[in-house]
Amino acid sequence: MNEIFRILEQDARKTPEQIATMTGIPLAQVKETIKKAESDRTILKYKTMVNWDKLGEEQVWALAEVKVAPQRDVGFDAIAERIYRFPEVRTVYLISGTYDLAVFVVGKTMHEVAGFVSEKLAPLEGVQGTVTHFLLKRYKEDGEIVDGEEGPKRVPIMP
Amino acid sequence: MKKRDLISKRVKDIPPSGIRKFFDIIASMDGVISLGVGEPDFVTPWHIREAGIYSIEKGYTSYTSNYGLLELREEIARYLKVRHSLDYDPERELLVTVGVSEGVDLAMRAILNPGDEVIIPDPSYVSYTSCTVLAGGVSVPVPTAIENDFKVKAQDIDKRINPRTKAILLGYPNNPTGAVMDREELLKVAEVAQRHSLVVISDEVYERLVYGVEHTCFASLPGMRERTILLGGFSKAYAMTGWRLGYAAATKEIIEAMMKIHQYTIMCAPTMAQMAAIKALKEGEDQVQEMVADYDQRRRVMVKGLNDIGLTCFEPQGAFYTFPSIKSTGLSSDEFAERLLLEERVAVVPGSTFGQCGEGYVRCCYATSMAEIEEALERMGNFVKRHRTR
Repeated sequence: MNEIFRILEQDARKTPEQIATMTGIPLAQVKETIKKAESDRTILKYKTMVNWDKLGEEQVWALAEVKVAPQRDVGFDAIAERIYRFPEVRTVYLISGTYDLAVFVVGKTMHEVAGFVSEKLAPLEGVQGTVTHFLLKRYKEDGEIVDGEEGPKRVPIMP
Repeated sequence: MKKRDLISKRVKDIPPSGIRKFFDIIASMDGVISLGVGEPDFVTPWHIREAGIYSIEKGYTSYTSNYGLLELREEIARYLKVRHSLDYDPERELLVTVGVSEGVDLAMRAILNPGDEVIIPDPSYVSYTSCTVLAGGVSVPVPTAIENDFKVKAQDIDKRINPRTKAILLGYPNNPTGAVMDREELLKVAEVAQRHSLVVISDEVYERLVYGVEHTCFASLPGMRERTILLGGFSKAYAMTGWRLGYAAATKEIIEAMMKIHQYTIMCAPTMAQMAAIKALKEGEDQVQEMVADYDQRRRVMVKGLNDIGLTCFEPQGAFYTFPSIKSTGLSSDEFAERLLLEERVAVVPGSTFGQCGEGYVRCCYATSMAEIEEALERMGNFVKRHRTR
């Protein structure tokens, strides 16, 4: 059944009909599985990866390493929630190592992102310190090579 | 002065490849979708490529042993043991070849005396017959048909055996049909081979590409290891066609004979390719399984699509080919392929390329992106609508 999700993860536009053909799973079962996954948030959402550089639209991304003090009973969850509720924050991970939360922030300008970190993120109660890294170039995003990988150079017809 | 023919009769007698003309047509066209390829659309997995690059950086640029790198032969021996419970001595019973193509040639030349006959299922990969003839043998086709999903029947092989018969060549999973042999029938073929003391050359280069069925390695059948030349390779499973690497596994006597030819014609397989292949065998399993899962999805789409547009297609269980019947169009397979290319810009290979029994069929390879498969099916559907006679 996980095959259905692997297909959708690669191409969310695949229809239940196509998925049924590809997997050999009956159509009704494919539809039912997807419906259930949508309602119980196994499928979080369907989205498109856009290369905004191609459209000439500037986006500034930064990774903010955030060191926080865990709180009694809730650990990191409460402070993580306070952070992820900001719309500027795109991704938040709790990680092991020298800091605690990896926070990906997006803005229109470097100034805007820096402002968000220094005025909204850093002053939060429980945040002990931040280190901000600005993203310079995307090579590979979520498994996809941004410039596109060259395919094999095949001879078009071969016995 | 009498004009002298510069080309040997034996070579002249081999008919030119029927697909040559398609090259020229494709070269003159834009926007062709090719289902005519015979190799994966994946690039070799990066860690395998990286191993090849590293070997060059480290200066592995000289010859290896004629047999191939011992480390590679040991890995192949381990693979055959784990996968098929076969024991081959890596020192003397394995030979690393330049693809299975070389393996077929070596096998023929090592075992055939002039006039010896080789029984070959029809349709089959194009080199089998030519290599037989080039080695001085005679190829004896044994028909296979869609009614039996293009699997060869032991009784049909048995019928064609005479005192000149030396060998049977099995190429399963099959190119062009995608047929996979059942163990049951292979046991019957083994019995025939035993009874008539024949060599069995088993080209199993597509062995990893099977869908929902088990591949039976012919050499693993009772008593068959002693009379089988098992040919395997890296091209299809690891998407390594351009590296040109395969292997032969057989008894010491047969490998010794094949090695004699190999050492004078090839010397050894390319060293960097051998280094990459070690990596493939050691760490490539996950990628193989991912690729197989991917092919399987496309296979289902292709088979359903072809049947939906009226090109009857049995469900192939191996390789990455479908072999639909084009009889509903009334065209010959060659005409079908040529017109389809000219009218709809989709390239397929005429079934007749692979033997007389391939007439009335075309080979469509699904080792291409899903988007291209879907587009090709749509174009083929338009073509069939126009040409349908029944």
